[in-house]
Amino acid sequence: MEAITPDAITEGTQVGKKEKRGRIEKEQIKWGLIFLSPWLIGIVIFYLLPFIASFGFSLVSFNLAVPEATEFVGFDNWQRALFSDPNVYESFGVTFLFAAISLPIGMIFALMLALLMNSKSVRGKAFFRTMFFMPTMVPLVATVLIWGGVLNEQTGWYNILLQNVFGIEAVGVSGLRWLADPKLIYFTLTFIGLWGVGNTMMITLAGLQGVPTEMYEAAEIDGAGYWRQLISITVPMISPVLFYNIVLGAIGLMQYFLVPFVLNGGNGFPDGTTNYVGIYFYNQAFKFFNMGYGATIAWLIFIVSLVLTVVLFGSARYWVYYAGEE
Amino acid sequence: MASVTIPKSRSSSTQRLSPKARQRLNAVSMTVLTAVVLFIFLLPMGYGIVTSLKTDTQVSTAGAPWYPASPVTFEYEGRAYDVFEVPVDGRIEEWALINRGRESSEFIDPDNPAAGLIPWEGRWRTLEQAWQWDPVWSNFRDAWTTINFPRLLGNTVFYAVVSTIGAVSSAALVAYGFARYSIPGKGTLFLVVMATIILPPAVTLVPTYAFFNRIGWVGTWWPLIVPQFFANGYNIFLLRQFFLGIPRALDEAAMIDGAGHFRVFWSVILPQARAALLAVTLFHFFFAWNDFFGPLIYLAGNPTLYPITVGLNGFNGLYEGQDNLIQAASLTAAVIPLIVFFFAQKTFIQGVVITGVEK
Repeated sequence: MEAITPDAITEGTQVGKKEKRGRIEKEQIKWGLIFLSPWLIGIVIFYLLPFIASFGFSLVSFNLAVPEATEFVGFDNWQRALFSDPNVYESFGVTFLFAAISLPIGMIFALMLALLMNSKSVRGKAFFRTMFFMPTMVPLVATVLIWGGVLNEQTGWYNILLQNVFGIEAVGVSGLRWLADPKLIYFTLTFIGLWGVGNTMMITLAGLQGVPTEMYEAAEIDGAGYWRQLISITVPMISPVLFYNIVLGAIGLMQYFLVPFVLNGGNGFPDGTTNYVGIYFYNQAFKFFNMGYGATIAWLIFIVSLVLTVVLFGSARYWVYYAGEE
Repeated sequence: MASVTIPKSRSSSTQRLSPKARQRLNAVSMTVLTAVVLFIFLLPMGYGIVTSLKTDTQVSTAGAPWYPASPVTFEYEGRAYDVFEVPVDGRIEEWALINRGRESSEFIDPDNPAAGLIPWEGRWRTLEQAWQWDPVWSNFRDAWTTINFPRLLGNTVFYAVVSTIGAVSSAALVAYGFARYSIPGKGTLFLVVMATIILPPAVTLVPTYAFFNRIGWVGTWWPLIVPQFFANGYNIFLLRQFFLGIPRALDEAAMIDGAGHFRVFWSVILPQARAALLAVTLFHFFFAWNDFFGPLIYLAGNPTLYPITVGLNGFNGLYEGQDNLIQAASLTAAVIPLIVFFFAQKTFIQGVVITGVEK
């Protein structure tokens, strides 16, 4: 954090006016705290206290439907979550599996669009940029419903297109059942997620525009082709941006909820493949009102996210290149 | 994806062409490639629009055309008859089926009904129905009324406007504090701001919910609106970045002229940061407009307060199978954010880029 020097007025004062200096510093603190006060109050009420209380909740059996039956159970909830409830591991498992599929596809798609939007050869880039960004603005619930229609195995346009243009047996019960086939569902959800590509695309594009053109010129003189330049210059140079996208994407997926919930009410269809940990948390805490057990799962989400963040930041020094360092 | 066609810039693959022709070829192929990707990407939008204009019967009929259409009928002697595509002498005639028979049927030619009944040998069940272009705009009206859209819209606008005011004004104050005042431990505090951005909301949610439930706020807007007035990390971060870029000389000049702390904030900083404020306003507005989880849990059981997102989800549950209505409702829900986006996209996209690049 860059340390902001005390107000320049104090800097300008001369030695011997210590008293005035002290007064100005106090003023600074007073007014600084006044301006920070909404956040200071908020952090205590909406973050610090609930964060601690959440751990406390994990030590009681508290069901909102029968609050009078609440009692202290020690680490029973933790015991259950870690050792006797297979749903917990399963939900983290499917969440990681989904992340392993959807994060790379999402990143590569965003990078591909950004490369197209940065290409000298593409005409009408302003138009394309707006159009690729547009679906990001559609409310996600509407996005899911639109995709739920277009991926219908009988009447959906993707299957009809695949069948009529590429000759793939896609339409019908024996075709590509995007919403019902456990092997396809992760890809289906990933494609739905691509409609939110706008932000990642623009951030990646800004990264691409920041790569000095001399590097490409030098590489060309050395005879490096397009792919070579992409892998040896572009990707390393924009690795901080990719890193930022991966961290936010990974943490976001730990709470993945809306799309599977709107598609099938959070019942895990097909075959438990969509029982993500975000869904499981919702079901325990807000469907069955198991507040104690829900808080335990929330804490597990927190711990896993924290480990994930630490691991990602730890890995950064092996592959993220920050210009100006070294 | 078909990214294989990305040209190896100025490499040997198209040696025979002049540089200019090669450039033009590149431009055409890359633009076409982008257009194809865009077409595949926006196909669902096309599907949504087309389906929202279909009749109920078309949605549930196998073999119906892809565009909004209804079966052609022909009125003959006071009754409506279905029109079929009948193969006659190698041509296809559109004739109305009057008398149905197993092996042969009688038709009438709508263009020439005076010619009377035409017998046709063959099974009419093997014939395709004739369809005509017929968009049903009333689907939008039906969706609008069944979902009680005005009420959902009112709730959403209320939530989006009030929470945006709270979020932006509080974040601006706090960001100004972080950008301009020296407070002991400010660096640590700012790290806490950043930590709240990546803290999973789930971990604080259960006690917060239980607390709001205790004080009787569950089932009202309060739990969704009140916390917004206490500045969220993301907005603080973005605004602070902007405020730091405003020259201090401006504040100092104002201070020397006798302006107080709030005065400097209001008259010097805020006008300078108009673009950033607009970006944060848009971010928060869209966040609130799309918010689903918050209203889902806090407004459960009180449908009169539902915003569009939760209402739309409920609508989907009730009208499964009537994809035309579902698509009409979904598109309706998307109209206002899309309009705002098209008018404010420059500011909005700038804001996105700043948060991503400056870290």
